Amino acid sequence: MIRIENVSKSFYKRDTAVDAVQNMNLVIARREIVAVIGPSGCGKSTLLNMIAGLYAPTRGRVVYKGAPVSGINTDVGYMTQKDNLLPWRSVRDNVAFPLELAGIAKAERLDRADQVIQHVGLSGFEDRYPNELSGGMRKRACLGRMMLYGAETALLDEPFAALDAQLKLAMHDLMLRLASENNQTVILVTHDLMEAVTLADRVLVCTRRPATIALEQHIDLKRPRDVLNVRFSSAFKEHYDTLWERLRVEYSEERV
Amino acid sequence: MTQPELNADRTTAAGVEAPPSPVPARVAPFKSGGRVAMALWQAALGIAVLLVWQGASGRLVDNFFVSNPLDVGARLYRWTIDGSIFQHIGATLYATGMGFVIGSVGGAVLGIWLGVSPFASRLLNPYLNALNALPKVALAPLFVLWFGLGIESKIALAAVLVLFLVFLNTFAGVREVDQDLIDGARLMKATRAQVIVKVIIPSAMSWVFAGLKIAMPYALIGAVLGEMIAANRGLGYLVQFSGSQFDTAGVFAVLFVIALLAVGLNHLVDMVQSRTERWRIISR
Repeated sequence: MIRIENVSKSFYKRDTAVDAVQNMNLVIARREIVAVIGPSGCGKSTLLNMIAGLYAPTRGRVVYKGAPVSGINTDVGYMTQKDNLLPWRSVRDNVAFPLELAGIAKAERLDRADQVIQHVGLSGFEDRYPNELSGGMRKRACLGRMMLYGAETALLDEPFAALDAQLKLAMHDLMLRLASENNQTVILVTHDLMEAVTLADRVLVCTRRPATIALEQHIDLKRPRDVLNVRFSSAFKEHYDTLWERLRVEYSEERV
Repeated sequence: MTQPELNADRTTAAGVEAPPSPVPARVAPFKSGGRVAMALWQAALGIAVLLVWQGASGRLVDNFFVSNPLDVGARLYRWTIDGSIFQHIGATLYATGMGFVIGSVGGAVLGIWLGVSPFASRLLNPYLNALNALPKVALAPLFVLWFGLGIESKIALAAVLVLFLVFLNTFAGVREVDQDLIDGARLMKATRAQVIVKVIIPSAMSWVFAGLKIAMPYALIGAVLGEMIAANRGLGYLVQFSGSQFDTAGVFAVLFVIALLAVGLNHLVDMVQSRTERWRIISR
């Protein structure tokens, strides 16, 4: 459904070009959950930005449902690394924002927002403003907002990075449940290999910048997965070790 | 002409000092005890200045030039009792208010429009710069010609002063809007109009308010100056008239009233801002 065809992206700072992504090829199927993992600053976010249509590739093209992406791709829900909550809106109004844009009546959209807020564990904070929340709470509000938008593809850029371990598990569970309920395709950028293997159907290891795909690993753990216990299976451990071996090379090269 | 100019300069300095930052300065969180104590200190300072003024007048400096607090107070009392001051205050306030509203709306609309349309802003850029550099007060004779000797020419002068300040702030505010917020909204299928109304305008609001706050005293300056040039009512007229009669006490009395109005008007803008920008205030 999403095809990345020979995509390269360079940023120009005056005369020097910085290559963020180089010759990337990737096909993502409908309803697939793909985790992208790699050293920080390797161009993972750039990849998401190109799928969202915020950046145009320097070379190659991104094809979404058979049509090349040119301009904003409104079929995706994008949860950026930085939370993009509107600071002058309360949590409730932020979460309800996509429904408001779609012209849904106030009573209904606030009702649905409150349900989602409960899902992401922010009950009691509906009337708070983003700057009154912790980083993790803001992330959860973003996640809630994206759920309400209900896009067919979710782009998640380190969505669970700021959460504590317990909450992370609850969010993983929620994400998997919602993705399967809504038949969503998910592209998840993360630093956390455990998270990647727990959630994804396929894990892609990126090289250092410029990013290309160094390793592709299919995670054939059965679904629905128990996010708490799946990590103790031997199959999980195998996947984890293979990926970690490759990832270590990237990280050690980075250190040199 | 020297006295009111001095007043104008002071207001200008205060206006420029107020940082045009989007984050309005917040009053330090005094404890209530500290607040009362500070109020007492402030009152003491004011009384001390008045005492020195009263003492120096007639001894160190000729009473003709500086008058004295008792005379000024007596003048204010007389004007209040016979009610004559109120028609002047009314005229000035009306011109200030109308000028402020017209200038603010015009400036905000222009700022938003140019902020969201790069073509128009680049097209008009040199002309706006030239107009902005122009001392707007120099337009006063033109306004008298166009709008007559009545209140309209004062409103026009106040509005023009306000318009540019609000415009510049609004424009800067629109340009400062976080692109990520705009992208986020567009990814959620926001139309261009929705982006402007729901993201750009609220985001630029604190800049607009910074502009309104800076512009408020200028509305008063515009109205008073207009009245000084040609009028038969208003505080500007009264200060001009008193000066021409060598009535120093009268001049000081009017200046006092103008200063009082300026403080009250600024307070009004602050109140409106704290009501509309609750999210910003809560955070500090």
